Amino acid sequence: MLVNQKVAVEHGLKAEEYEKICKLLKRTPNITELGIFSAMWNEHCSYKSSRLHLKKMPTKGKKVIQGPGENAGVIDIEDGDAIVFKIESHNHPSFIEPYQGAATGVGGIMRDVFTMGARPIANLNSIHFGSPQHKKTKNLLRGVVHGIGGYGNCMGVPTIAGQTSFDSSYNGNILVNAMTLGLVKKNKIFYSKAAGLNKPVIYVGSKTGRDGIHGASMASASFDEKIEEKKPTVQVGDPFTEKLLLEACLELMSGDSIIAIQDMGAAGLTSSSIEMASKGNLGIEINLNKVPCRELKMTPYEIMLSESQERMLIVLENGKEELAKKIFDKWNLDFAIIGKTTNTKNIELFFDNKQVANIPVNTLVENSPMYDRKWKKAKLPKKNKLKKEVFTKLKIKNVLQKILSNQNICSKEWIWQQYDHTVMGDTIQKPGGDSGVVRVHGTDKAVAASVDSSAVYCWAHPLTGGKQVVAESWRNLISVGATPTAITNCLNFGSPENEDNMGEFVECVEGISEASEYLDFPVVSGNVSFYNQTKEVGIKPTPSIGGVGLIKNYKKMITMDLKEINNLILVIGKTEGHIDQSLFARTILDEKNGPPPEVNLFNEKNNGESLLSLIEKDYIKSAHDISLGGLLTAISKMCIKGNKGIKFRKLKNLLNKFEYFFAEDQGRYLIEINLKDLVNVKKILDKNSVFHEELGVIIEKEMIIDEKTKLTIDELRSYNTNWLENYMDS
Amino acid sequence: MKISAIITLKNDVLDPQGKVIHQTLDGMGFDNVNEVRQGKYFEIDVKENDPKKAKEIVENMCSKLLANLVIENYKIIETQ
Amino acid sequence: MKSSVITFPGSNCDRDMDVALKKFGFNNKMVWHNDSELPKSDLIVLPGGFSYGDYLRCGSMASKSKIMQSVINFAKSGGLVMGVCNGFQILVEAGLVPGVLLRNKYLQFICKNVFVKLENKENSYFKNLDKNILEFHIAHNEGNYFCTNDQLKEIEDNNQIALYYCDNEGQINENFNPNGSIKNIAGIFNKNKNVLGMMPHPERMIDQSLSGEDGSLFFKNLINNIR
Repeated sequence: MLVNQKVAVEHGLKAEEYEKICKLLKRTPNITELGIFSAMWNEHCSYKSSRLHLKKMPTKGKKVIQGPGENAGVIDIEDGDAIVFKIESHNHPSFIEPYQGAATGVGGIMRDVFTMGARPIANLNSIHFGSPQHKKTKNLLRGVVHGIGGYGNCMGVPTIAGQTSFDSSYNGNILVNAMTLGLVKKNKIFYSKAAGLNKPVIYVGSKTGRDGIHGASMASASFDEKIEEKKPTVQVGDPFTEKLLLEACLELMSGDSIIAIQDMGAAGLTSSSIEMASKGNLGIEINLNKVPCRELKMTPYEIMLSESQERMLIVLENGKEELAKKIFDKWNLDFAIIGKTTNTKNIELFFDNKQVANIPVNTLVENSPMYDRKWKKAKLPKKNKLKKEVFTKLKIKNVLQKILSNQNICSKEWIWQQYDHTVMGDTIQKPGGDSGVVRVHGTDKAVAASVDSSAVYCWAHPLTGGKQVVAESWRNLISVGATPTAITNCLNFGSPENEDNMGEFVECVEGISEASEYLDFPVVSGNVSFYNQTKEVGIKPTPSIGGVGLIKNYKKMITMDLKEINNLILVIGKTEGHIDQSLFARTILDEKNGPPPEVNLFNEKNNGESLLSLIEKDYIKSAHDISLGGLLTAISKMCIKGNKGIKFRKLKNLLNKFEYFFAEDQGRYLIEINLKDLVNVKKILDKNSVFHEELGVIIEKEMIIDEKTKLTIDELRSYNTNWLENYMDS
Repeated sequence: MKISAIITLKNDVLDPQGKVIHQTLDGMGFDNVNEVRQGKYFEIDVKENDPKKAKEIVENMCSKLLANLVIENYKIIETQ
Repeated sequence: MKSSVITFPGSNCDRDMDVALKKFGFNNKMVWHNDSELPKSDLIVLPGGFSYGDYLRCGSMASKSKIMQSVINFAKSGGLVMGVCNGFQILVEAGLVPGVLLRNKYLQFICKNVFVKLENKENSYFKNLDKNILEFHIAHNEGNYFCTNDQLKEIEDNNQIALYYCDNEGQINENFNPNGSIKNIAGIFNKNKNVLGMMPHPERMIDQSLSGEDGSLFFKNLINNIR
């Protein structure tokens, strides 16, 4: 096939990018080479619109073993143990085929983790759908949940936490972000950097088919009416093969045969081989006839760009081929020596004894385009001045009922009951809490993880929103007694070619960077998903933050369920009454404007660290952070989980009670303590200048807000639990 | 009248089940198999006696519900 | 006491079972599906998971693996064989216990705690157990037990029903049937009561920090009964 500018544009390259390719090669590329360039230079692989800004993120820290740039980030959890983790998007494929899209997303992220030698020990996910009334939402939700469960359950990795939201901005672009944590010994981490000449390059796993050819390019383009035509590129996941691949890789990794290993994810054999060569500053030579193929007559172009799942590329030590082959034979997986490392610094491909591609590796990686896209700074919206009259018609009980049963607050048990969350026998905090927690097998340690996003705040003011998501992740870890260690992020945005969307991206990244720097909560891995838009309309900016923290003694883990009658509930952090952008403002007052709550990083850090010190001293019986839905929502959830009630103290607060109960001011927690510890707890909080107040005392099954406002726990539970199940059944 | 529909995965789509069934058959000694692909079979009794119309109805069902056209093909067979 | 846990391709509760058996005093060995001989054992366990990806029918292909002939012989000679979850599905496919396991009634994978009632203690598994109602954990997509009326009569006549799903007080009714199983059956014996298949996972209930501790009662009692 003749290659020219038109063909290049059809591959998603810009005219000037094609010019650049010809200049770098000093000739016209052939079709295979063009395919390789288009895959390496698209947004998904090259980060060409985001690279410039991602550099601002703090990626180093005392506990960071590996930051961004590898298959996943790695943090030190002491005693020679490390946690490997990353979050990744699979948005576009999941919209086209929800089951397979979500399943292969989960499969892909687990592969990223076990490529580094870590056994996956926990999965999480953040999934976002359009309005519940939209005709596609229910099927997409069902398909995505089945897909996530179908893959994770089969792999035998517990899904321990997640986040689900509904917003009409996702009507045409759902988000499926999957996160995996793996456990590895610090001295047995594997990287993707090739080293040494004439080392065999090995292909293992499933055979190569025509699946997902140009999947990565799809993730770099907006959806339009032609979406139907893109359907054949959907990959089918095979979790059974991946389970075998996991066991086989870990078996091979227990020895010293592997120099470098890389999973074949987006852009398959192309990106995996080029990344290994690039990191090792080497060349790589591949005989494509040796690649195990599923279909007849596959061309070099198809073999290089296939996104068939469950495949790995390994650079092996010389002489270890037999040993490695034996392991993969035992697990019934394909094993083929397809090439070797060279000193040419080129990627050279051969097919039917002919050279079919020869490209300098640096042109594909270092010389890939990088853009400083135009972006618009967002103004901080003006605060709404709410008149007293808007509150007079409202009743606390009705408002609480509406908020607890809101689609973004209600219990997501219907979802997480479909995920195996207890396999591996170490899950000590199940989904539905502030974070999921798994023990580090055979030790006293545990790892907590949560995934968060606040698209509404990010949409209202990206800089504040970016900060807020990091702060919320930090609070969710602290609420279970974990010391926050590091984060991974999945940055879901509209088109970078649109100044507003690009502005949202740039400022969210700034916010994330500022908060993670301040909180010493570095970013160790992540991914960017642009073009989440249909025609001109982009999604609300949705950075998802996956936070990971360490609990040194798992017996000190905290849960949110109220524990004991007569214990006291305290509020940590000051309630200023910020209503704008709260769930209350948007759903009860129908007010969509105004700024998100301000994030005061000093208070976040101070309040969080003070709470951790109270936990360390065993004063805290239960805890929960206050976020979406405000204080009354948070205490309701603690009541429901503990099946206990609370009698509120008479409010001394000067705020109007709706502002007090439903404001979404940041930096706040609810804690349960024993009356006898009150003096000591106050002393510590006062010493640290942490604002705190008593909310009430725990009683049997009733929430008594005041003389007139009483609700039973069963009422609260019925508001909170039924929405999703009823919706799915309707 | 009764119309049958067979749903199979499209040619280039991976069939994990078929692959593993093939491997198991191999292991059991059925070593003369080239490939196994698994599909679904439906028998639908349609309130329609005109074969052409009945097939059309089932075809419509296939494209709208029974088959996932992203990854599957369907074939309609007249049973009676 | 010696036990063996069989690992099939796709098994994923084999390690959990190994941990549980060792915790309560078994000297456990892991056995690969492609081996043909079993180590000397007092108990064989077929663990949970997705052997062969649950493709075709759950447990169907694992039931044809090499080691299964030895397991079948071991069971026929009276040896104790326990299948949990996917292990139960394999037992059914191998014909070691009667019936089949269909897809859950609500067509969804389900992972949660359930209560089960045991009515027959005349066997090595439950003899001497103090409690009649245990809190166990289920995690499966195909646990909907089904058999023909004739089979059911035979099963009932022989006291082969090992466990029923129930509420915390032992009431057996449709409200506490998580998957649509006939008669709320959660576990079943062979005629001689030396083979037990059950959907719940006792190995996930062996620690207060996990979903509960009734699995500990089960395993402690089991090893005492075998001694």
